[in-house]
Order: sequence, then C-alpha cells, then structure tokens
Amino acid sequence: MSSRKLKIALVGNPNSGKSSLFNYLTGLNQKIGNFPGVTVEKKSGYCVLPDDTAAEIIDLPGTYSIYPRSLDEQIVADVLLNHHSPTTPDKVLVIIDATNVKRGFLLLSQIIDIGLPTILALNMMDLAAKAGISYDLNALSKKLGIPVVPINARNGIGLDELKKIMSKPQGPPANHINAVWKEVEKPVKELRALLKVDNDYEAYQFLEQPKSLRFLTKEKQQVVEDIRAKYEFFPGKFQGAETIQRYSYIQDLLNEVTLNASDHSWKKNSTRLDRILLHKVWGYVIFFSVLFLIFQSIFAWAELPMDLIDSVFAELSSYLISVLPAGPLTSLLAEGIVPGIGGIMIFIPQIAILFAFISILEESGYMARVVFMMDKVMRKFGLNGKSVVPLMSGVACAIPAIMATRTIDNWKERTITIMVTPLMSCSARLPVFTILIALIVPNQKALGFFNLQGLALMGLYLLGFLAAIGSAWIMKLLIRVKERSFLIMELPTYRIPKWSNVGYTIVEKTKAFVFEAGKIILAISIILWVLASYGPGDSFQKAEAVVLEESKNIRLTEEGLADRIAAYKLEHSYAGIIGKAIEPIIKPLGYDWKIGIALITSFAAREVFVGTMATIYSIGSVSDSDAETIQERLKAEINPETGGARFTPAVGFSLLVFYTFAMQCMSTIAIVYRETKGWKWPLIQLTYMTALAYLSALFVYQLLS
Amino acid sequence: MSGYIKNVAEMRPGEVAIISGFTDEQLSVKLMEMGCLPGAPVRFNFTAAFGDPICISVSGYELSLRLEEASTISIIN
Repeated sequence: MSSRKLKIALVGNPNSGKSSLFNYLTGLNQKIGNFPGVTVEKKSGYCVLPDDTAAEIIDLPGTYSIYPRSLDEQIVADVLLNHHSPTTPDKVLVIIDATNVKRGFLLLSQIIDIGLPTILALNMMDLAAKAGISYDLNALSKKLGIPVVPINARNGIGLDELKKIMSKPQGPPANHINAVWKEVEKPVKELRALLKVDNDYEAYQFLEQPKSLRFLTKEKQQVVEDIRAKYEFFPGKFQGAETIQRYSYIQDLLNEVTLNASDHSWKKNSTRLDRILLHKVWGYVIFFSVLFLIFQSIFAWAELPMDLIDSVFAELSSYLISVLPAGPLTSLLAEGIVPGIGGIMIFIPQIAILFAFISILEESGYMARVVFMMDKVMRKFGLNGKSVVPLMSGVACAIPAIMATRTIDNWKERTITIMVTPLMSCSARLPVFTILIALIVPNQKALGFFNLQGLALMGLYLLGFLAAIGSAWIMKLLIRVKERSFLIMELPTYRIPKWSNVGYTIVEKTKAFVFEAGKIILAISIILWVLASYGPGDSFQKAEAVVLEESKNIRLTEEGLADRIAAYKLEHSYAGIIGKAIEPIIKPLGYDWKIGIALITSFAAREVFVGTMATIYSIGSVSDSDAETIQERLKAEINPETGGARFTPAVGFSLLVFYTFAMQCMSTIAIVYRETKGWKWPLIQLTYMTALAYLSALFVYQLLS
Repeated sequence: MSGYIKNVAEMRPGEVAIISGFTDEQLSVKLMEMGCLPGAPVRFNFTAAFGDPICISVSGYELSLRLEEASTISIIN
C-alpha cells in the first residue's frame, strides 16, 4: 500500500449521531477549513487506525439525500460526485440511526450507486434493542454489497471493529441498487463515453445536478449542458420517481433482513414532553425562561473571567513598559499589540457560555421545538425560528450571537439575522448610555415610581430592538433569492445531551473566533492605536514643551500635567486631525471635533468612547467608578458658539441615538467577515448602520434644538 | 364521493389518514425524503400556538410543517 493518507468522508442524516461519531473518531485533532470556492465550513480531523496509519475524516453536512436542499448540503454532492481528484474520498462512511432506518437507507442507497467504496455504521444499536428492533446484519451486508458495523457512537461501542474495517482495502460496492431509468439510458451512455464517467448513476447525477459540477472544466460542463439540452433535462425531472423506487427497494430489503420490528412505543416519552414544552402558553413561558437564563448567564457568569482577562493584559502591558527600554517598538508591543490581543481574548467567556447553551439546546432536541414555536412570528420579518437565540444573545454581545446564526440553514434568513443582530443594544453600549443619560436626564421619578433615567435606558433598548425587527422586514423585501423557504423539519426525539459534544463545540467555536476573526481585530486595533498615538509634524513631538509653556502660570500637580499632555497629544494625533476634519460632517448632529475624535477611537469598541472623552477633557485615566468625575467635567463644558452648555439634551439624545444604531465595533465587522466569508456583507452592514445612525441622530438633534 | 381531495392541513389533532399523493412536485420530493410516502399512514399530532406550523407523525418520524406545505399532501381516510 502507498503511504498516502486515507481520506474518509462521513455522511448521514441530521440527528443520526454523526457528530458524536466524528468526535469519537478524531478527538481533539479537529480542524476547520473551507471547501474550495464555497462559503461552507469544512470540518476534518485525524483518526489513527489499527494498522497505525492515520486516516483523514471529513465531516460532511447532515443531509437526507444526494439532492441538496441548502448550500450546506450542496457540499455532499460536490465532494461525492468528484471522482479521481486529490480531494476524492477513498471511502464513504455512512451512519444510520438503527431505531428507524428507512430514511437513512434512502441516502445510503444513493451513495452506494455513486460507486465509491462505502461502509455502513448502524448507530444507536442499544436504543434499537430496547425498542425490540433487530436486523440480520450478515444478510444486510450481503444484500447491500458493503461492510456493515453495529456501533454506539455515544459510548464508543463497536468503534474498534469499525476502525479495523476502515483500514482494510476495499473496492467499490459489489451491487447496484437502482438501475438507471429507460428514458435516461441514452443520454447517460453518451455522457459516459464523452467524459469517461465511472458509472451510470454518477453520469445521471451529472445530468440532474449541473450545479454540483464546479470541479469540471468549462469545456466538460458545456458537454453536460449540451446533452441536457438535447434530451430536455430539467432539475428534479425523475427525482420523485427515483425516490419512490428506492423506498420500495428499501421496503423489500427490510422485509428480508428485519428479525423483529418495533412498535415505536419508546417515542411516547418524547410526545409526553412535547405536550408541556410545546404547550400554547407554557411552551412559550418555558422558552422565554430559557432565553432569559442564557442571557443572564452571559451577563453574570462572563463578568468575572472577563475582568480577569482585562486586568491580566493591563498588567502585562505595564510590566512590559517597565522592563523594556522605552521606544516605539516597546510602545507598539505594550500599547498596541498586547491590548489588541486582550481585546480578542475578552470575548472568550461569552462565546464559551453561549455555545455551551446552544449546544445543549441542539443536542437535546429542543432547538427544533424553538423553531416550531417561533416560525410563524419570525417568518413575517424574513427571519427564522432559530433567529430568536442570536437576537436575544445580541443584547449581551453581538460576537457570539452572530456566530450562533450557523444553526440557521436557510441562507437568506441567516444573512438577515446576521445583518440585524448588531442593532440589539449590547453590553458595550451600556457605559456610553449610562454616562450620557446621567448627563441629560434628571434623576427624578415620573408618576411616582418610574425612574426617568431607567425609562430612558429601557427606551434605548426598545429602540434597538424595533430597529432590528424593522430592518429585517425591509431586507426581506430587498434580498431576492431563488431558494424557496420551507420548514419541513424533523422534531427529533428528546435526548440527554452528550457532554463531550458540548465541550467540543465550545473549543471549536472559541478556536474559530480567536484564529479567524482575531486576526482582523488585532490589525484594526493596531491601526487605531497608531492613529491615536502618532501625529504629523513636530507639534506632536513638542507636546510636552508646549503644555509646560502653556501652563506656566497655573499650578498643576504632576498628574494634572500628564493629563494635559495626553489631551494635547490626542488632539494633535492623526485621530485628532481626522476628528477635526469630520467636524463639518458631524456638526449638523450637534457634535464638535472632540466628540469627533471619540467617534473615531470608539470604532474599536463602543465603550472606548468614555475613555477618550476622559483623555480629551484631561481627566486622566479613569475606570467606571470615576464616571461621576467625567460627568461633572462634561456638564461644565461650554459651547463657545452659544455660550451655553456643550452637552444640551439635544446633543445628548443625538449621541444616544447615534450609539444605538451605529456599527462602532470592529470585532463585529471581523466576525461578520468570517461568518459570511467575504467583505461584501460586513461593508453593507457598516454602511447601512452608519447611515441609519447618522440620519436618526440628525433628525433627533434638529428636532430638539 | 366528490372530486375534492382532502389534504393534511385539513386534518384535526389526533386524526389518522393515508397519504395518497402530492400537489407540489418540488415539495413532494423533499417530503418523501423525510419519510412522507404515498400509502403511508400519517397522524396529525398538534399545532403550534397560532395554528401554524403543525406536527405530524409519519413512518416513525415526527415532522413539523407549515400549513401551506401540509396542504400539498393529499390524503384518503
């Protein structure tokens, strides 16, 4: 045998235990990449076989047949139809839920006919036995012409036997299940002669699925197209008939190999649970309690580790400054790179917690019920039943929320969810909101018990939510796709989640964020750091001398002097210059160049607004507890043009509305880039959100002033 | 017997019928892939809060469908 690594594609229905098997086979040796040319994620990993060779296992998206229903499922046809290329799998491992095999056999029968060496793993044999189901596996193997292995992917039973069979040399399946239809014999023969296709069914698939043939050269695609035109092929022409024929074959097969059939009585547990969990009132009460629990956990549990990460990186920064010789390289490292990495790590607790919950919801079978309950409402806004989870999580943080849209199969509904989630008011907006509200809304009670400041804050959250729903509805009308939206979905049996699968999901999502979105976040934060720390000409170099000269006659503490120098430096940095340059644009919103600088720097993250305002007004480095100091300073600020207060209610509300709608978060842009695999959607999102923020702030300021 | 053919969307919770065919070719293939086969018994389990979508049992699977999708499955009972 050659030393070439064995490639094995893992295929199966959704809920067949495919991811458990994948996790069992590969452990932590998993990596995520992309299939060439498409936006679908490729999960693969290595598995050591009994003969000490390593096999690459490729986890293909769960599907019900070789005919794709979504972009994800398209990959299955793409990979399996492309024979004789370096990426062709050497074997296909099909996993089927033994408790109900019919649907799995439909997919299996198609894969056998495609002609790659195939192995069948019958999963959940223990549940099948409990339900009184048993099969004559030898007869089944003989009938299908492929090896059949009983396994239990939840506890690893049968996997040694499976690995042994995976390592054995194996040829294409011995039998063909479905002879090609009489009507298509001629075109299939013609195509096979012209393109040297391995077998009839593969050639037939070429004719049925021209979309899956990206691996063919242009000339070869034209050959397929010509034959399709000649014989008047259209997609799905014989698909219905083929499906019926395959099912009747499967029925005959089952009649021969089934030793004992089930009465499905074990499903009663699921039905009983559904009576409560899908109840017309209690179902929703339970669902919103679950959502609230998730939301609270992201907020409360993530705080401690986030503070810890924050202080570790802050201390690392000051440590580096103290031990390394002063210079541009040290400040780049200590003030640019280290805080930049800290800014990536800070998201890990929230991502881990949200995905722990989502993975439990998916594993237990509850997520399908969420879709079932929310479908009708969400559909009206172009969203999916599953969009509720990302939208709600967006109130904590948009980063994990956008990663959570992965669970939405429909491309259009997923894209809309990604586009509107950042409008939900996230926790980073809270410091900005608190300071501005305290500045312009009196701390009084209305109607005896409503705190006005609390009402204003609630109003902003509501505003964000309405904007998200409204934008979704508009995008539903704007985005046109041929893909038809349908629900037809299985409500899987409830199961206790497999905890190791939950763990794998957390590791996978965290890795994906740190290594893919992290690169972009680090790059932008270094650029922003350079903009705020360097300036042109010598006004920047001489900052210290100028400030000393200016404050000659004022008695200042050492700290006060340092604050003034920092303010002067920021004013004369590139960020300061940009802030001044955009003053004419933001003037109609009621902002001056100082706020302009804060808008630029807080593009890194919204909460930076508070720190920048503190620096600009030379209050020095502040933490949240010093919020009052900033407030007093801002209150005292005079607008030179009017002679009145700088932060009038009009300016304050205009800023509040601006921060409610504006994108102002580079990490969100980075994660949208990663999730949509391109710059198109993040740029559209940045543009529409900025436009929405600008126009609304303009409207509010002009209305109130 | 009139010419009108009943469909799954018109069933009541708990009702059982036999699938006789489909009226939407594109959907029919997906429905069959999921286990809705002509000749198979189908049970209408329950509906969501606003009467849509619905949950049915067929071939030992529990499926959820929108009413418009269910109305493409013809039945006899």
